Amino acid sequence: MDHPTLFEKSRPGRRAHRPLGPGAAPSGEAPGIPEKARRQTPASLPALSELDVVRHFTALSRRNVGIDSTFYPLGSCTMKYNPKVNEAVASLPGFTRVHPYQPAGTAQGWLGLLKELEGFLAEIGGFHAVTLQPAAGAHGELTGLLLIRARHQEAGEDRRNIVLVPDSAHGTNPASCTLSGFKTRVLQSDKRGLVDVSDLEKKAGDDTAALMLTNPNTLGLFEEDVCRMAELLHDRGALVYMDGANLNALLGKARPGDFGVDVMHYNLHKTFSTPHGGGGPGSGPVGVAEGLADFLPVPRIVDRDGSLALWWDAPRSIGQVRSFLGNAGVALKAYAYLRRLGAKGLAETAEGAVLNANYLMARLKATYHLPFDRTCMHECVFSARPLVKKHGVRALDVAKGLIDRGFHPPTVYFPLVVPEALMIEPTETESRETLDAFVEALEDIARTAVSDPDALRAAPRTTPVGRLDEVRAVKEPRLRQT
Amino acid sequence: MSNDKRPGDLKYTKSHEWARIEEGEAWIGISDFAVEHLSDLTFLDLPEVGEEVSAGESFGEIESVKAVADLNAPLSGEVVEVNTELADNLEMLAESPFEKGWLIKIRMSAPSEAESLLGLEAYEEQIRKEEEEG
Amino acid sequence: MTYVPHTDEDRAKMLKAIGVDSVDDLFASLPDSVRLRAPLDLPPPVGEADLLRGMAARAGRNRADLVSFLGAGHYDHFIPPAVDALANRAEFYTAYTPYQPEISQGILQAFFEYQSMICEITGLEVSNASMYDGASALAEALVLCANAKKKRKRIVLSEGVHPEYRRVVRTYFRHLDVEVVEVPLRDGLCDPARLADQARGASGVAVQSPNVLGFIEDAASLIEPVHQAGGLFVSVVDPVSLGVLEAPGVQGADFAVGDGQPLGCPVSFGGPHFGFLAGRKAFVRKLPGRIVGATVDEENRRGFVLTFQTREQHIRREKATSNICTNQGLMALRAAVYLALLGPEGFSEVASESARKAHRLAEALKALPGFSLLHDAPFFREFPVSCPVPARRVVDRLVQAGYLAGVPLDALGAGPEEGLLVAVTENRTEAEIDGFVEALTKAFP
Repeated sequence: MDHPTLFEKSRPGRRAHRPLGPGAAPSGEAPGIPEKARRQTPASLPALSELDVVRHFTALSRRNVGIDSTFYPLGSCTMKYNPKVNEAVASLPGFTRVHPYQPAGTAQGWLGLLKELEGFLAEIGGFHAVTLQPAAGAHGELTGLLLIRARHQEAGEDRRNIVLVPDSAHGTNPASCTLSGFKTRVLQSDKRGLVDVSDLEKKAGDDTAALMLTNPNTLGLFEEDVCRMAELLHDRGALVYMDGANLNALLGKARPGDFGVDVMHYNLHKTFSTPHGGGGPGSGPVGVAEGLADFLPVPRIVDRDGSLALWWDAPRSIGQVRSFLGNAGVALKAYAYLRRLGAKGLAETAEGAVLNANYLMARLKATYHLPFDRTCMHECVFSARPLVKKHGVRALDVAKGLIDRGFHPPTVYFPLVVPEALMIEPTETESRETLDAFVEALEDIARTAVSDPDALRAAPRTTPVGRLDEVRAVKEPRLRQT
Repeated sequence: MSNDKRPGDLKYTKSHEWARIEEGEAWIGISDFAVEHLSDLTFLDLPEVGEEVSAGESFGEIESVKAVADLNAPLSGEVVEVNTELADNLEMLAESPFEKGWLIKIRMSAPSEAESLLGLEAYEEQIRKEEEEG
Repeated sequence: MTYVPHTDEDRAKMLKAIGVDSVDDLFASLPDSVRLRAPLDLPPPVGEADLLRGMAARAGRNRADLVSFLGAGHYDHFIPPAVDALANRAEFYTAYTPYQPEISQGILQAFFEYQSMICEITGLEVSNASMYDGASALAEALVLCANAKKKRKRIVLSEGVHPEYRRVVRTYFRHLDVEVVEVPLRDGLCDPARLADQARGASGVAVQSPNVLGFIEDAASLIEPVHQAGGLFVSVVDPVSLGVLEAPGVQGADFAVGDGQPLGCPVSFGGPHFGFLAGRKAFVRKLPGRIVGATVDEENRRGFVLTFQTREQHIRREKATSNICTNQGLMALRAAVYLALLGPEGFSEVASESARKAHRLAEALKALPGFSLLHDAPFFREFPVSCPVPARRVVDRLVQAGYLAGVPLDALGAGPEEGLLVAVTENRTEAEIDGFVEALTKAFP
């Protein structure tokens, strides 16, 4: 067996951490716990020595790839460098050892920086107030939609149960609508790749609660008519929600609050450099215009005669979406990042991101089909459709070919409006050499598609496993060891 | 790969369902085109006997590894039979979408709805158009 | 300061390749009316050294030195240093969600192992790869129940469920046309008759054990009536307690949820932690979140993939079981490492030692004049003490002596103002426990 699991390496009697200390024997059964409540069979956890555990996870890490290993141009994920100084800050015991329910007077360090971060994010987004409670972008979307709903409900407009969602939207957008009790109405894109404003005019009625917009959109294009769209919606009594996943392109350049957005979620694990962790933890703070501030989740951090405290008694609040204040340890890293960058650093970040994306676009468009051939923002979307038609090579095969050439692939098959999509977001932290190497790899793949398409369809060949049988994974599920 | 030829005596929908109408009842299924596009079928969600279905609306779902598609009713009526064998034998659907792979049988409540369905020729024209665009 | 590596030469070359004169030209699609003309109002940038100095000073404004007897869902268990060492490997923490399985076998296998371990400790058949926290995990489990039994329009929560969790459930259910009913405790425990009564017509019923007061509920008497009424039972559990307490799956629960913070995650002012959600395998197609499965490649090598993806938002969009995308992957990894380091014996020892120390402290506190236990019910490692003065005063006095005495029940919304929730973990030394009792004795003679 090449890569056994912990369970397969287990040997009864092996020990690593001993909670009782060296040589101590268990002092018998835990007192005071009724017999019928006790566990009859011990949990069958794997038994290993500490060295076994360390080697195991070290080996696993070597079968994994992060930004620190390689270029990771996943579209709308903003896989930028995760600064190590932020990790150092977040691991200070003065932060990690603090319990959420300590008296506020003993947690002023935490409360102060979280309140300041709320202020920074509000300034960056152009909003009146911010909550840090949602644990991820999708969680922020749910929160934002609940805020919108609360606002309409209070105004006696609860009949507004439709949210308009562009056809290029990320899947979390319509899913969040369903979770908040809304129905979605899809807006078409026009031939520029932007929301078709005439479609919006037709579909925005008095049953419309909000427009849910991503800007720049998932094609990497700025919604140029956004001010007009926001005005139209506001005139018809609806609100504007923005998915802030692509905020990296706008930092210090424009503020969503200024172009008519009422509610927006931020992704700290994208725009603000906190690590993705292999699938979290993230953090999805939500910023709101003044009219929505009273609906924000509790608790709020408030200033009481120079000392910060938590305020739970907000009668119009939507409640809570997560326990306590949110992923504080993630917010801490974003705070540190913003202190390092400052205003000028943020603007340069947006500039670097947009420069890198346009450079890739310019260098690749001779080789790959570019459905929307004009200046992009922080990401660009190509289509592998010509390769499919001429050589039977799909976007998936291009992706696997990139793996063999040492790169993490871009996002594939999203946005849905582009068939065989390759969605590339380099971010500002990549050098010209890295981008050039990526271009060369893609050009090599394009040549291989002509000369040896089978090689691409068999890729990757340089990884611990090849393409996996995902059908079998569903038809013969093995979701746990035993 | 479907072993059945596309029958000429069926009615078809734009969303690739078919109906075989016999004396007030209709057998309903999906075409070979739909099955091929989904590839690697993994799950089928069908209604129960006694449930009502409405023309043009979803009566169930079919899943592959990477996609979910609605099954849309070509005609309205009450479900009188369900092909329960298919759930554990989705290959049968792929191999014989027009015969063994029937999904449900309904008693039609509005037989005139059949007039707005497509005949084989019109359906194949529809497929040609889709393949050009897609 | 930025992390942009470009020199002037780089910029010039890139602009030339693009065919524009300046970077500013690339922002032409932004309407003039929204272009910022002045820099954002943010503090000036600081260098790394100054940042570390400044943040150390901020950390100094927290009292992280106090001996903690705080619980209420977040516990100060000992975290073996190997957890940090392994979870902080950059190939894990700087990675993305494993959509390209061939280069993500490491984290995928770790999630598979995590799922397996959660199934082992909860006694249930399938687990996902984490949720945001215990509160949202409970909310999503109940949404699942409501969707599984759409004709029933109510869900039931015991008031023994943590008040924040109940608030999160209510928030999730605000617009879902389902009634949320809460059943009060009687003498600190869930009343089986009342629960059974409310369970009629409910799709899902949630009971926490140990409950928010720390008391152990009698699951058997609660689960059976819910099933008989045709509902689903969700157990909210403290994962560490499963080292000595019976697994919810064995007791008959349909789902187990909870917060995984005690499994290797620092308290860190409330997050990041993770939520776990495990259930009967019949519900696998309805489970929210990522699920990892084992399969093979063309050469029959075992590999791991994200599976049952058709449940999720990126495929099903508005018909998805949930909207969750990013979860708490790295924290689930920490839990896998922690549980691997404990093993079956360590897992049971953490639980029994925490319980032993908690019971010792409870006896000592009961002996102090003016102090008693709020109710006479069995507890695991947390218990509510009735104090001679409002609990907040006890807490404030004990801070001065170097202790975090407990969580005032009225602040938590779970009891009267004289109620103080005291938690003990295996990480408290005998000397700390004795010192705590002494400090209380001195403060309230």
